[in-house]
Amino acid sequence: MPGESVPARVEQVYREESRRILATLIRLLGDFDLAEEALHEAFFVAVERWQRDGVPDNPRAWLVSTGRFKAIDALRRRARFVAAQPLLIAQLEALEQADWSAEDVEDDRLRLIFTCCHPALAADAQVPLTLREVCDLTTEEIARAFLSAPATIAQRIVRAKAKIRDAKIPYQVPTLKELPERLDSVLRVIYLVFNEGYSASIGAEVTREDLTREAIRLGRLLLELLPEPEVLGLLALMLLHESRRLARTSASGELIVLDEQDRSLWDAGMIAEGCALVERALTLQRFGPYCLQAAIAAVHAEASAPQATDWPQIVGLYDLLLRMVPSPVIELNRAAAISQRDGPLAGLTLVEAILDRGELLDYHLAHSARAQFYRQLGRVEEARAAYGRALELTQQVPERRFLEARIKALG
Amino acid sequence: MKYLCLVYSNEQALHSLPDSPKDAECMAYAESIQGSGRMVAAEALESVQTATTVRMRNGKMSITDGPFAETKEQLAGFYLIDAKDLNEAIQVAGDIPAARVGCVEVRPVRQLNP
Repeated sequence: MPGESVPARVEQVYREESRRILATLIRLLGDFDLAEEALHEAFFVAVERWQRDGVPDNPRAWLVSTGRFKAIDALRRRARFVAAQPLLIAQLEALEQADWSAEDVEDDRLRLIFTCCHPALAADAQVPLTLREVCDLTTEEIARAFLSAPATIAQRIVRAKAKIRDAKIPYQVPTLKELPERLDSVLRVIYLVFNEGYSASIGAEVTREDLTREAIRLGRLLLELLPEPEVLGLLALMLLHESRRLARTSASGELIVLDEQDRSLWDAGMIAEGCALVERALTLQRFGPYCLQAAIAAVHAEASAPQATDWPQIVGLYDLLLRMVPSPVIELNRAAAISQRDGPLAGLTLVEAILDRGELLDYHLAHSARAQFYRQLGRVEEARAAYGRALELTQQVPERRFLEARIKALG
Repeated sequence: MKYLCLVYSNEQALHSLPDSPKDAECMAYAESIQGSGRMVAAEALESVQTATTVRMRNGKMSITDGPFAETKEQLAGFYLIDAKDLNEAIQVAGDIPAARVGCVEVRPVRQLNP
């Protein structure tokens, strides 16, 4: 109804619909900046017009349409300088309302995600561009989350938009042939956002909820639009990690390792959802590394206590994962699982073999794993030296406090 | 015999030096060699910031932002192609047989504005 509630209604529509409207305007206009400008002008007009005429039946279509006319005006102003504009103006004027039906709008959101995560864009620009355009985080918010200067983030976004325009990166969902490589890139961006939130690489905060929340939201959106097995796997993996957030740190901010966590603090809702997604993904057969990592997390989540964990199953899943993506970090995780199944000496032998090959020498978790096996074997001096090496290699404050506490406990 | 003449320059300075050529001059020169029958194709390139590098290894394509820049390898040839957008150009570049051993830098051609 017209009246006082209109500004609140406009704000609600902005929150719920602005990214969809932006995605459609980008498709129609073929230009990120022009689309953003048109979006904001459309909402600006809505406040006044809806006050006077009432809120339209389909606010989204009204806003896309108004944004389009605003863009035509802007292009007319520019047309005096650029010869190619009249053609675009004519195309825009000929568009039918049908071009922004509900289905098209959902496709537009998917197009926007694939464009922002295009592998031809600089790796350090894909994440900020996605957070800016798909999640509507401000440049300042992104800079704060990644501990960078807003000017740096802004520059990366500007460069990425310039490349999209000048190299003509198309605004479309990839073809089946391109999909595997392109989907990898989207999943990597989402997982990077999640990990940045889950374990900050520098600084005192272990988790930054807003980033993990955005990553999970992106995962849900992608799943809704493209139910591929690895999309299921990634969302499951993020939910299962996130379910342990409350149990991961003590009240004073100390890091708590998995087998010392209070499992009653784990979020049962997220675990149930994560496990169901893993099951669904594994029946699809084209599952990949994200599904396997999620399956490992699910086995942990289903154990009521550390000693109830099905270690043989976890080792088996790591074997599969290692065959799919050979990596020393996965070998290290597998060594930890083997030590649980066969004892610390078995784990130690595997970790030493990795280090002897010259791999993971500068990775603090390799040294803290080795330290833990020495400790369990009662080899105190070697444990102390290995914890010391791990400490030299990490800047993360909670990790450092954890390692210092372990060294102190050795006596 | 065909020759490919590659123009190297500091792209920051290319358009801003006192002696920098204007687009109109470049077009006039192109027309003059066209007239003499020696022109096959000539284009100005967009900035290296728009470049994309494509490699094909064991049937898997890798795409990265930025120009090709590994000094131990040298330019071995070029294809001037017509594609509808960067995705189509990347598909063509990935199928170039040499992409399996080297890599192919994909650079959009810049429209001159005389």
